[in-house]
Order: sequence, then structure tokens, then C-alpha cells
Amino acid sequence: MPFSRYVEIGRVALINYGEEYGKLVVISDVVDQNRALVDRPDEVRRIINFKRLVLTDFKIDIPRLAKKKVLSAALEESEVFSKFENSTWGKKLAKRALKTTQTDFERYQAAVARKKTSAAVKKVFNKLKSASE
Amino acid sequence: MAPAKKKEPRAPAKELGPGISAQGRSKTYKRRGLWAIKKKNGGKFPVHEKQAKPAETEGKAPRFYPADDVKTPLKRRHVQKPTKLRSSITPGTVLILLAGRFKGKRVVFLGQLPSGLLLVTGPFRVNGVPLKRVNQVYVIATSTKVDIKGVDISKIDDAYFKAAEEPKKKKGEDEFFKADAEEEKKELSKEYIARQKEVDSVLLKALKPELKGYLGSRFTLKAHDRPHLLKF
Repeated sequence: MPFSRYVEIGRVALINYGEEYGKLVVISDVVDQNRALVDRPDEVRRIINFKRLVLTDFKIDIPRLAKKKVLSAALEESEVFSKFENSTWGKKLAKRALKTTQTDFERYQAAVARKKTSAAVKKVFNKLKSASE
Repeated sequence: MAPAKKKEPRAPAKELGPGISAQGRSKTYKRRGLWAIKKKNGGKFPVHEKQAKPAETEGKAPRFYPADDVKTPLKRRHVQKPTKLRSSITPGTVLILLAGRFKGKRVVFLGQLPSGLLLVTGPFRVNGVPLKRVNQVYVIATSTKVDIKGVDISKIDDAYFKAAEEPKKKKGEDEFFKADAEEEKKELSKEYIARQKEVDSVLLKALKPELKGYLGSRFTLKAHDRPHLLKF
């Protein structure tokens, strides 16, 4: 199968390393085989290694080395960041982040809810199973 | 910080020769400013009251030193300060016990005892933990709080937890052979049980069913749990 995501100007990528783990950036230029210049409306444009980036499905239409104003406008128009948050991948990340902030009591509540649903599922499943036999 | 400026001492009178002052008595009096002191105290020099002499002991002092050394206890000026609790431990906090037979149990913190230990209760009805003392090191404080208004712990002190001394049993031949067969079952004093119920009854009313379930469950680490990253 051919690749569907390419390193290109305007490609939205996710940082998968360090302090900024989970942050979305836009590739503004490609420096060399290993590094790209990435940008974000609220940050200063900087170089980052591809090893620390994961490409997403999203791409915005910007020229190479786009100014902040152009970048912000393009992001706003395409709503790429919010689209990512609503994607399966984004939801998974949000869920993971939520889990780390749970308190002990909330973990207990989640466990109780999990038990409840699995019991309900099991009940229906067994009913179907016995009906089919 | 620079030291406070000292008053300069008055210059001493010039000496004519060794021990002979150039100024006479009245001049000295004026120079030393004694008149000011006198004036302040209503025309008289202030006088220290004489210390009362210690009452004379009866009889003669012993002629010899005591043959044996008498040990005098060392003076200790150290005052025991009450243990400072972690800021996360406040009355009503749900704690997780970490040691002992109740380890992993979630309990309610009621207050600090004079000894510095934490007074906790299960409540007993919910998870089997009675009124109990624990050191704060053996405890994880959670962010969950329970309303403990109306719970009276003023009657409970450290002495309450001290076990009564048991009368020594005879260990004769008969007792030795009988011992295993019929060991007397220890019974808790009625007062102890009553107090437990008294404290718990108020607390149980304040607990929502969900919190009861929470307190009834045990804390354990599961696979992929990283305790240093968990929020409590």
C-alpha cells in the first residue's frame, strides 16, 4: 500500500516526545532529511527532529515559511485542530490524559461503572448464546 | 545589618596623676548625670530590694560527703511539640492505610490525638476498621472528604486505646494440658463497643451510598499503575 501521509508544507503533526507531548504543530518547511521547521499560532517557529513527530491525516493549505497571520487564518478556516480532537486518535489521547488526572475516588467510580456495563453485556450475551443453542 | 548605634560613654574626668581626678565630688556628680536619675525616682536613688536569705536548714551540715553517688536527672528544656500533619490530612479526609492488618483499607480521619497520632475509623460497619490510631507516615491522604460534622471525639484520648493489663495465669501442670482445649475468649468491653457505635452512627448517616462502597473497597495497585504518578 502506498503512503497516505507525507512530510510536506502544511502537514499537521503531533509531537510525541517530552514536555510538549500531544501538541499539534504544522510543518512550515523541511530543513533536511531529519528535521523540519514547525510552527504553531501560539509559539515561536522552531526546528524539530522527525523522530519526535507523528504525521496526522490533516493538511492545511499554506505557502512555505508562512507568516503567523497566514498560518492562523488557514488553521481557523480549516478547523484542523478541533477536527483532530474529535477524531478517534484525538479522543484516545484525551481519554488517556483524563485518566492521569483522576483521583482515587473517581477511579473507584470508573471501576464500578465498568463492572456494571460488563455485567449487563454478559447477561445479554449469555441470553443470546443459550437461545442459539 | 549594621549594629544599633551605641551611646558614646561619657568622657572620664582627666586624671592629674595616677588615681587623682581633676574633678571634685560635686563636679563628678554633675558629670555622671546622677542628678537625672535621682529626679526620675523622686529624689532618691533606686535601690534593689535585698534578696531574702535562704532559710537555714535545721541541724548541722553533714560532716562527710555521701558515700554513694546520687544521680541527679539531667535538666531537659526540650518541649515536645505536637506532630505537624501533612496539609492534605484534615478532619474528614479519606485515608488509605498502608501497613498492618488493615492495609489497603480506606478509612475516615477524625482528628489528631495529643500523642500526634491520627484517629481514624472505618467506619466499622462499612469495612471492619474500628476506631484506631495510626501514624501519618503509614497513610496516603486522598482528596476525598467526608462530612464529619457532629462526630464527637472529645472523649477519646490515647489512654482509650491502651489495653488493660491481663492478670497473670498460673502455669501449672493442669493448666498446661488444658490450655489448648479451652482458651477463654476475650470479650471487648461494653464501653468500647458503645463508643464505636456512637461515633459511627453519626458518620454513617453522613455517608452517601457511593461513598460507603468506596470505603468498603480496598486499595490495590494493578498492572500498569505507577504509584508515583497516581493522583489520590
